[in-house]
Amino acid sequence: MARLIRTEKEVEGRFTEQWIVVEEDALDQWPAGPRTVVGQPTRRVDGVERATGAAVYTADVQLPGMLHAAVLRSPHARARLVRLDLDAVRAAPGVRAVIGPDDLDVLTSEPCYEGHGVAAVAADSFEAARAALELAAPEWEVLEPLLDPEEAVRRESLLAEPRRHDRGDFDRGLAAADVVVQAEYRTQTLLHNPLETHQSVCHWEGDTLVLYTSTQNIWGVRDEVADAFGLPHDGVRVICRFMGGGFGAKNDAGDYTLVAAELARRTGRPVRCALTRREENVVSGNRNATIQRLTAAARSDGTLTALGGEFVSALGWDGWLGPTAGPMQMLYACANVRTVEYGAKLNLPPMAAFRAPGFVEGTFGLECLLDELAARLELDPLELRRRNHADSDGTDDRPYTSKNLMECYRRAETHWERRHEVRARSEGPWKRGVGMASQIWYGGGGPPSYAWIRVGSDGRAVVVTAMQDIGTGTRTAMAQIAAEELGVPLEHVRVEIGDSARGPYSVISGGSSTTPSMGPAVRSAAADVKRQILEIAAQRFHLEERVLDLKGGNVVSADGGSWSLEEVTGLLEDAQILGKGARGPNPTGMRVMTFGAQVAEVAVDVETGEVRVERVAAIHDVGRIVNPLGASSQVEGGIIQAIGHALSEERLDDPATGLVLTQTLDAYKVPTIADVPEIVTELVDVPDEHLTNLGSKGLGEPPIIPTAAAIANAIRDATGADVRSLPITREELLHALEAAREQERRGAAAPA
Amino acid sequence: MLELTINGGVHTLDLPVDRPLAYVLREDLGLTGTKIACGEGHCGACTVLLDGIPTLSCITLAHTVGEREVTTIEGLREHPLVDAFVRTDALQCGFCTPGQIVSASALVAANPSPTRDEVRHAMAGNLCRCGAYPKIEEAILTWRD
Ligand code: FES
Ligand code: FES
Repeated sequence: MARLIRTEKEVEGRFTEQWIVVEEDALDQWPAGPRTVVGQPTRRVDGVERATGAAVYTADVQLPGMLHAAVLRSPHARARLVRLDLDAVRAAPGVRAVIGPDDLDVLTSEPCYEGHGVAAVAADSFEAARAALELAAPEWEVLEPLLDPEEAVRRESLLAEPRRHDRGDFDRGLAAADVVVQAEYRTQTLLHNPLETHQSVCHWEGDTLVLYTSTQNIWGVRDEVADAFGLPHDGVRVICRFMGGGFGAKNDAGDYTLVAAELARRTGRPVRCALTRREENVVSGNRNATIQRLTAAARSDGTLTALGGEFVSALGWDGWLGPTAGPMQMLYACANVRTVEYGAKLNLPPMAAFRAPGFVEGTFGLECLLDELAARLELDPLELRRRNHADSDGTDDRPYTSKNLMECYRRAETHWERRHEVRARSEGPWKRGVGMASQIWYGGGGPPSYAWIRVGSDGRAVVVTAMQDIGTGTRTAMAQIAAEELGVPLEHVRVEIGDSARGPYSVISGGSSTTPSMGPAVRSAAADVKRQILEIAAQRFHLEERVLDLKGGNVVSADGGSWSLEEVTGLLEDAQILGKGARGPNPTGMRVMTFGAQVAEVAVDVETGEVRVERVAAIHDVGRIVNPLGASSQVEGGIIQAIGHALSEERLDDPATGLVLTQTLDAYKVPTIADVPEIVTELVDVPDEHLTNLGSKGLGEPPIIPTAAAIANAIRDATGADVRSLPITREELLHALEAAREQERRGAAAPA
Repeated sequence: MLELTINGGVHTLDLPVDRPLAYVLREDLGLTGTKIACGEGHCGACTVLLDGIPTLSCITLAHTVGEREVTTIEGLREHPLVDAFVRTDALQCGFCTPGQIVSASALVAANPSPTRDEVRHAMAGNLCRCGAYPKIEEAILTWRD
């Protein structure tokens, strides 16, 4: 039965209190450990389709009569349009429709960041569209941009009220400490760079807008576009069967979708609007840069007495203030915590969620600071973390639904012990060291999410739900869960996803929420199907339902009877068994979080500043693991992105004009296969007994969180240098080494 | 008119001189297995073979292909590397994967038992933002298993 409850809903650390309708989730969890299908390493069910290029991505959609759109974007960070010749554009060869600042909300005559959309054109080819835009010959009055986040805070150019958290008594905590460390950390602007750029193909079938888009959020795009065009929500049909990566940047409809929809409306033809790689790297979102002024205070035994931080996030013109102070508030037990977070509004392209937004940046600062504290206290960094383990949520004292961070630390020990041997392998200018960092993050998912399953006379099951698989392998995980509950081989389950007109609502693929939200819904739909199959079998074989079960593709009875599933479903002929399932609520009064620890080994050339990451061991606690093979891929992918964040990636902006200098994959350095260290993945794999019928949390984000700090801490271990700014370029490292030498000289010169 | 030999078949096409091969494959011939992720030679997603040599089709003009035989991912669907990639989970979103497999096929054709370093050297031009690299390496090292 549906129930109306008032609850907290969380997406990527953003909480809203709201009414939601939930359905009960009455199934008991499966026992811990690998099952027949769930918990077994499983090939992706869509692997061959993707690998052979047969999978159709939005980029591959070609509709008859399709036009191509191009967008005129501002070449200035802040300007006012003085003149624009859209008539010349309209008259250009191949042009079918042109729209300008007055025609669509996402187009403007007063751009506030580079790349802000101004006008758009649909033409017979993309080349024709681009050529036509050249004729627009815009004239600009260029205005002074605001680019410095500290200046923005001073001028109160903020996207949100400053967010304050103050618990206990910070000043008394400081006074009670034996040691206080303070430092300023900086993280850079980062670009998602999914290989499929942001894009949509729109076309109108009567009053219905059919919209193919590369998205993480089918239902969010449906509602956003329907609202923009004044349509009923199902007047927009959103299709995304395969998509080429998002990492948080594809949670919204985006200007390209609205442009394509409007141009399709005006021309009566399908229109594709696809960002080029260069547009992608300017306007599709970014992980915003941060400045973090942090304080940690502790007694000599390592007990934290106070933590404090001032966090400035350079959000750009739009976006939201990620929970950068979250790790400081939650990772350790500390009674006295004071944080303030500012979200600077600047004439720079808007931020977007990027894999654990806020926590990636905040963990870098906090976990480096903890190691600086450990050094001052002459305590083992792992031991310092153990001594400050938080048994409940520090922000509101709620108990965790499950927390196995101590077990992660225990398993980290073997990797941590290697540090003596690793250091001993230092040679000449190459110094080696080991560092670690911990991780906390959300990832519990929540309602609503739904699945339907139908079974026909051949005994095969089809899972139908309008979720998306952004590359995390959710299609496979859902097939495993259905197969497990139905007791059938994986090959007998199909998963049909990616179409809002053909399936019920699914959660966004963000915030590590797809598996913990959708998995329980699929299991509950499968249980509904199973119950109906057993009802039919009971009648057919004159047995009681409670003595029957589904196993190994058979209906089996407690007294040893066994009939193939097809024998029962064969009775259906054209009839079908239809099951439905919904995600139940999260437990009230408890906090659902994911945890982990990573240990990194690095080699540093102290003469050239080159850093090589040689090994990363990752231990994470995310509840039950559905597919250990796919899970290890998620961990590796997160760590590799984090290595890019730590060492090579940075969006560079011209400090005078606010223009993005790193627009290509040549200039913006994502890791290559040659940059990858040995990665060892261990998952604690203990179901969260309080969380759903599955006990699984999400794994998309946790692995990217602690890596950069673990690397920086390993560099300190190897060289004694404190690197406090990302990326750790050679220049950055050489500066840090020089600062460390300077400090040592001063230390040696000081009177004893 | 231009004649192109693609995956063993001959195609006769009327093409402007500035048309890159990747667009001919994808838009004119519907061979959308070849992906375009940057369109400017920086990522490897559009890799095809020209007479067995990995080539970036987004920056190769169709008119310069000449007599050379074009092999795309559609021509490699039966290659053991496909199974190796799926078995080892060497793909996540899959957008880079056709290009990875095309590049890898040239490597193993020339060197059926490459070392780890040889794999890294040969594959360094194929970006994978999902970070499937450890398993791409494993897939290529075990491609005949
Ligand atoms: S698409 Fe050709 S190299 Fe990127
Ligand atoms: S699998 Fe997504 S880019 Fe390689």
